[in-house]
Amino acid sequence: MIPTAFEYERATSLDDAIARLGAASGSAKVIAGGHSLVPLMKLRLSEPQLLIDIARIPELAGIREIDGRIEIGAGTVHHAVATSPLIQRLCPVVADAAAAIGDQQVRNRGTIGGSLAHADPSADYPAAMLAADAEFHLKGPDGWRIVKADAFFQDLFTVDLGTGEILAKVRIAPAKASAYAKLYQRASHFAIVGVAAALDASGGTIRSARVGLTGASTHAQRLTGVEAALTGKPASADTIEAASSSAGDAPQVVNSDLHASESYRRAMVGVFTRRALAAALARE
Amino acid sequence: MAASPVLPKLVGQRVKRREDPRLIQGGATYVDDVKIAGMQYVQFKRSDIAHGRIRSIDVSAAREMEGVEAVFTGKDIAAMLKPLPIGTPFTSPPHYAVAIDAVRYGGEAVAVVVASDRYVARDAADAIVVDYEPLPAVIDPELAMQGKPTVIYPDFPNNLSVPLISSGTGVHGSTVDDSAIDKAFAAAEVVVRQRMHNHRLAPSAMEPRGVVAHWEPSKGFMTIWSSTQNPHILRTMIAGMLDVGESQIRAIAPEVGGGFGAKINIYPEEYVVAAVSKRLGLPLKWIEERSEAFVATTHGRGIIGYLEMAARKDGRVTGVKLRLIADIGAYNMLLTAAIPTLTMMMANATYDFPAIRTTLTEVFTNKTPTDAYRGAGRPEATYFIERGMDLLARELNMDPAELRRRNFIAKDRFPFHTQTGAVYDSGDYEKALDAALTAADWEGLKKQREAMRSDGRIVGLGLAMYVEVCGMGPSAALPSTGGWEHSQVTVERDGRITATTGVSPHGQGNETTFAQMLADQFGVPLEHVTILHGDTGVVKQGIGTFGSRSQAVGGTALHMAGTKVKTKMAKFAAAMLEAHEDDIVFENGEVMVKGAPASAKKFSEIASFAYVPIPLPEGMEPGLSDEAFFEPSNNTYPFGCHIVMLEIDRETGEPKLLKVVAVDDAGNLINPLIVEGQIHGGLAQGIGQAMIEEVVYGEDGQLLTGSFMDYALPRAIDFPHFELHATVTPTPVNPLGAKGVGEAGTLGSTPAMVAAASDALGVPHVDMMLRPEKLWRIIQAQGGQHGSEQEGGRP
Repeated sequence: MIPTAFEYERATSLDDAIARLGAASGSAKVIAGGHSLVPLMKLRLSEPQLLIDIARIPELAGIREIDGRIEIGAGTVHHAVATSPLIQRLCPVVADAAAAIGDQQVRNRGTIGGSLAHADPSADYPAAMLAADAEFHLKGPDGWRIVKADAFFQDLFTVDLGTGEILAKVRIAPAKASAYAKLYQRASHFAIVGVAAALDASGGTIRSARVGLTGASTHAQRLTGVEAALTGKPASADTIEAASSSAGDAPQVVNSDLHASESYRRAMVGVFTRRALAAALARE
Repeated sequence: MAASPVLPKLVGQRVKRREDPRLIQGGATYVDDVKIAGMQYVQFKRSDIAHGRIRSIDVSAAREMEGVEAVFTGKDIAAMLKPLPIGTPFTSPPHYAVAIDAVRYGGEAVAVVVASDRYVARDAADAIVVDYEPLPAVIDPELAMQGKPTVIYPDFPNNLSVPLISSGTGVHGSTVDDSAIDKAFAAAEVVVRQRMHNHRLAPSAMEPRGVVAHWEPSKGFMTIWSSTQNPHILRTMIAGMLDVGESQIRAIAPEVGGGFGAKINIYPEEYVVAAVSKRLGLPLKWIEERSEAFVATTHGRGIIGYLEMAARKDGRVTGVKLRLIADIGAYNMLLTAAIPTLTMMMANATYDFPAIRTTLTEVFTNKTPTDAYRGAGRPEATYFIERGMDLLARELNMDPAELRRRNFIAKDRFPFHTQTGAVYDSGDYEKALDAALTAADWEGLKKQREAMRSDGRIVGLGLAMYVEVCGMGPSAALPSTGGWEHSQVTVERDGRITATTGVSPHGQGNETTFAQMLADQFGVPLEHVTILHGDTGVVKQGIGTFGSRSQAVGGTALHMAGTKVKTKMAKFAAAMLEAHEDDIVFENGEVMVKGAPASAKKFSEIASFAYVPIPLPEGMEPGLSDEAFFEPSNNTYPFGCHIVMLEIDRETGEPKLLKVVAVDDAGNLINPLIVEGQIHGGLAQGIGQAMIEEVVYGEDGQLLTGSFMDYALPRAIDFPHFELHATVTPTPVNPLGAKGVGEAGTLGSTPAMVAAASDALGVPHVDMMLRPEKLWRIIQAQGGQHGSEQEGGRP
């Protein structure tokens, strides 16, 4: 690792981190697990002059149930999310996605806040956040701001997060009948296509559905056509098949690279939509 | 005297590797752990384009940076170093260690920075501005052969490094008689043809390369540490390039974190760091970054084969033509040009082909040069020929095992002289095949495959035979280095044993296997034996570790040196015990007169006497140390059979291995546990090539797989349990009967994987590598149903 020179500070509280970030006026980056930022620094694609370490800020830690939602501190590592009994029970799609990230070493170090703020187009979490109707609690010099997942992911590596703001916590909605299915890129283990599905299918009818897609396009997005095709229909394999068959047509822009062409990706969107929905329904 | 427990015989036992604790616990010393007072750091500025003329290089900003000691351009380096030597007899364009007026592959060095630390060195390299005039990138070797899109070296028309060489039936020196091969094809009842691509791989050792060079002007002596497989060759080459004597250089390969053939070559960085250290009189360190390793360390494979096979309807092959086109990259490195000639030589495979013709053309492209990579030429041959056997079996609707059986070289025909220039030492191919069929339950697997297919699953079986050339020697087989090995064995004054070996293990486990051998030879505990290697200041002579030669050649030299010392020790014992030396036996840490246990003296007592011999027995010198050089009369030719079962996900095209059975015959085994470890690694890399690893360049010559984010290495989760079995056919070319096993796993596994995928899809041949999308497209073209579409071969 041979990055450009940088200074390093450890913030003691969220407000302390925000103050330090503000004082650096754009030349600083916050770091927690470092699993998105450090690779960029190694390649000198990111050259921050100051790193503000937020990994040990108590306010950013922990998983808890609040107001019928699950709150996950931004500093929570993927392994903790993947193995949280609370998340596994109430919103398994998020645990699935966390378990699908990288390898054990990565999951022990990388954090949910870091991954979401970085917004790699192939990251697993964003799809799960869309399915879990997540809201992101951001704090900046002017106080708190809450952004829904639907509005948070805007473009390639671009999210609704100001330079002076820090993503502090994530709140997800319970969705017992939810699951994440992913086609692994075999080198990076990122998602070529990842689909997160959350259903309310109590009583044999799909009352509502939220389906998030990652990997296929510039940024995670909801498959609203699939959701509409499911809603109000019987909770059956046939419904799922019909709803997923043309799921790959939905994204306007689809990535194409060495590992998967556009047409293959579109086809895989359908396959993994069906797999995610079937797995979600099995948990109802 | 109380009876001590009898020491176990260790040769043939599954002794755990003595090397592992330090490797696992972080106790090993790699090049990057070497620190010398006053040491400066080297950074190479590398080309970010594949092909272009250098208009200008501006190093002024870099030179002015605080902490920068010196900056050198290619012209500066050329004043210190002549063009790099190669180890093959082919003519080659001059290759300067640092590019002078043109760059010919992305990652080629264009300038060198020396600075007080790594970070400053890197900052300074980034501050160097190079102005290029881009030229078209030559990427496709078959277009390159037509001079398209351009010619890289004007003196090498159509980018031909080696225009055409031939081998096989009817080829005698430069005369080529086509009559036999033509006749075979004219009379053929069936002919199969296929173009195949054995794609490039990035060797990807866990430890990238690194060099520390320390020229001490006042001593006129250099110590150079390098992550190399062959420190003695390094010493010879560095001495030649620095114009100093070999006696003025000590080359050390400390712990080396994997080589896989890519650390045989002596690289520009090794010469440059040494030359600049000598120029500046400073110790220098260079450590390769991972992203550099993808472009600056040689690649492996990269060869296209056009195969034609003629046969009778009963499955007997009557003629083989194999036209090879090697994409060698931008420069000839140490063994670059020789590797594809091994493909020619080993195209005879395990078969008694009445007529075979191989031809080879080597082509320059604007890519990283190729050189040895685990298997080095032999997996390529195995792939082309074994796929041909499968094509034939399919064409004749014959079991692929049966077709092979009908063509084997019979076991009573060894030594067997192939028409492609090899002399197979020993073999029993049918035995290995039968062992594999039995171990895998081949007939049962076929039934299982049918049952799974009837459930709509896409499942295939693949089988491949291989024969490999290794244990490299005699010197005629390695004319650039010599084909022997060296060892010195010393029984110390206290009875402990120190042995040096000229092989330079970096994962092969010779510290364990060689200690097992000496412990048995002298009847002492394993813990009393120390094996030293990888340091020309300690190991007098050597060639190195490559070509699966350590045990067969290095092990024999060790055994010979041990025998000399043991003979002398018996003479000292005979004098002490007043007996005849022929009656002296060594066992259980003691030396005694045969049949007279009461005479026993401790091994250490005899050793002590040898160093303080009062009186010195007549006609003897004191001491217990001797050496041996061993040059085998021939290479060795291990062989085996690999079987795989593979399933392809109908919806995604993802391949999944269900079963791997390998039968390997490496002759006598010193340590089956280590042998199995070697086979595991070989299988992983052979299967890796088929399924997951591929170097890919864009049309502009940019490497698209320049990091582990895009270049996939196989991981444990990609494999099922490997079921390993052995047959034992000793070699007559060394007294150990050992053949070598380091590379064998990469030979059979790759074609077996492709055979299984082709079988699963119901097509004659699907070329590597088995990308999910590629397999999915075949399934889609078949309407998502099994087995109709056929991928045709280009003749």
